[in-house]
Amino acid sequence: METIKQLSVFLENKGGRINDVAKALGEHGINMHAFSMAETTDFGILRLIVSDVEQAVGVLRAENFAVVLTDVVCISCPNVAGALSAILERLAEHQVFIEYMYAFAQGEKAHIVIRPSNLEECLKWLEEDDCDILADKQL
Amino acid sequence: MNNEIWNRNKECMSRDELSDLQGKRLHKLVDLVYHNTPFYRHKMQELDLLPADIRTIDDIVKLPFTTKADLRDNYPVGLLATPMSEIVRIHASSGTTGSPTIVGYTSRDLEIWKEIIARALTAYGVTRGDIVSVGYGYGLFTGGLGAHYGVEHLGATVLPTSTGNTEKHIRLLRDLGVTGLACTPSYALYLAEALHKQGLSADDLKLRIGAFGAEPWTENMRHEIEERLGIQAYNIYGLSEIMGPGVAYECGCKDGSHIAEDHFYPEIINPETGEVLPVGQEGELVLTTLTKTGMPLLRYRTKDLTTLMPGTCACGRTSIRFTRILGRSDDMLIVRGINVFPSQVESVILEMPEFAPRYMLVVDRKNNLDTLEVQVELRPDSFSDDMGSMLDLRRKLGERLKSVLSISAEVKLVEPNSLPRSEGKSTRVIDKRVLA
Ligand SMILES: [Zn+2]
Repeated sequence: METIKQLSVFLENKGGRINDVAKALGEHGINMHAFSMAETTDFGILRLIVSDVEQAVGVLRAENFAVVLTDVVCISCPNVAGALSAILERLAEHQVFIEYMYAFAQGEKAHIVIRPSNLEECLKWLEEDDCDILADKQL
Repeated sequence: MNNEIWNRNKECMSRDELSDLQGKRLHKLVDLVYHNTPFYRHKMQELDLLPADIRTIDDIVKLPFTTKADLRDNYPVGLLATPMSEIVRIHASSGTTGSPTIVGYTSRDLEIWKEIIARALTAYGVTRGDIVSVGYGYGLFTGGLGAHYGVEHLGATVLPTSTGNTEKHIRLLRDLGVTGLACTPSYALYLAEALHKQGLSADDLKLRIGAFGAEPWTENMRHEIEERLGIQAYNIYGLSEIMGPGVAYECGCKDGSHIAEDHFYPEIINPETGEVLPVGQEGELVLTTLTKTGMPLLRYRTKDLTTLMPGTCACGRTSIRFTRILGRSDDMLIVRGINVFPSQVESVILEMPEFAPRYMLVVDRKNNLDTLEVQVELRPDSFSDDMGSMLDLRRKLGERLKSVLSISAEVKLVEPNSLPRSEGKSTRVIDKRVLA
């Protein structure tokens, strides 16, 4: 299955915590390709796509962060109007819903990270549509 | 209602007769400690007291108090009133702060202990036909062995399940048709939860009576336990320094706990000044062990806050009762007029394996209204990328807290290992109202 590992980190809403994560990773030469933050009033979930996810887990756990790995789908989206919405509509038609998603650019390409309600179904329909699904090593 | 009384002679004694008996026993006790416990002899000498000065129970106010610190200072066996060769059992309390305290029992002490537990079990309605699972920890803690021998003494069947293997516990409850349960109230709730997770309910069990103690619990918790386990839940009170469980117990009326007054003499004092308060006023419970011979204590300050309730109970017992104890004098917070004890919060958190057993209470006043925030550490392996389940977890804790505390608290999930690790009130409570 062509999924990638996303790193999720539990963070309290207090100043500088995202920076603490970035710093810890940076010190070990780990690159952050993308991140997104889901927040409540008192805590948040920081979601990261990094260059070396296994090493990142070790580094953050050593710093007492609560971390968990989640399988997500990452697609390279053609830079054409309506391309993304066509994909999302196609998934919704098949009862695959998006729990969250975020985008990032790498070079000239735009990538979309998707956490679907059903991973297998999501991949199946994306493949059927010949979407450009990325693997960890392609990032 | 169950009307059985284990020891009608003692539990329903006339108050005059009881006073008389207490006076005689106190006199004997003072004589014993004066001659056998240097600690008490010195204290009495400082007060210019001789055993002969203590003739009636009313003379008790002349005697010195004993505190937990005295027990620690005389660690390990400085307060024994008998040679070690007469001691047949030792229990130790871990002590949430500082070094452990050791309590030694003579065989006579153990006889009295099982007698008072048999009184308690009888008051709850336990009979020889019952099978009672003892889910208190067995070992140095007094709960397990104390309850165990009491059940045996009564003639019921004891199942020494202790703590730990909940799955096996539930299986034995079912397979044996266990009818009684003795454990901490938080463990009872944990059992109910585990039962529910297995797709079982109270209908799958034959439990009918629960004896719960060793930690403060509320009327709300009683209702929840009774409903979820399909039982009648009763309080059992005790503390290892004095004896262990059985010092006091509820009856079928569930209106205060009866003190085994022929063995333990209660007083209520102002915790600040040490002044003895009239019956009916709230204060710190002080107990004197009238009949103990291993490690008798004079006027031991329990730190438990309660009110004595005089008068004969509807159950027929004449022994004095005290109201539900919610916590300890040195810990209590008053939030929106309600007494809140850190131990209540702790018991809720301990029931939920998703959280580390560390917390911080932050009390503040916003717009003239007290606010209570409970910060609790998430366990790393309970973290999930799913925001919905994280919010559920927070909500679940909030609901539990509300049912136990009777006021709502704002739950704040904090990162693992972020709260101070040392124990003691100062590090578990921040009261910003005092600072303002
Ligand atoms: Zn009664």
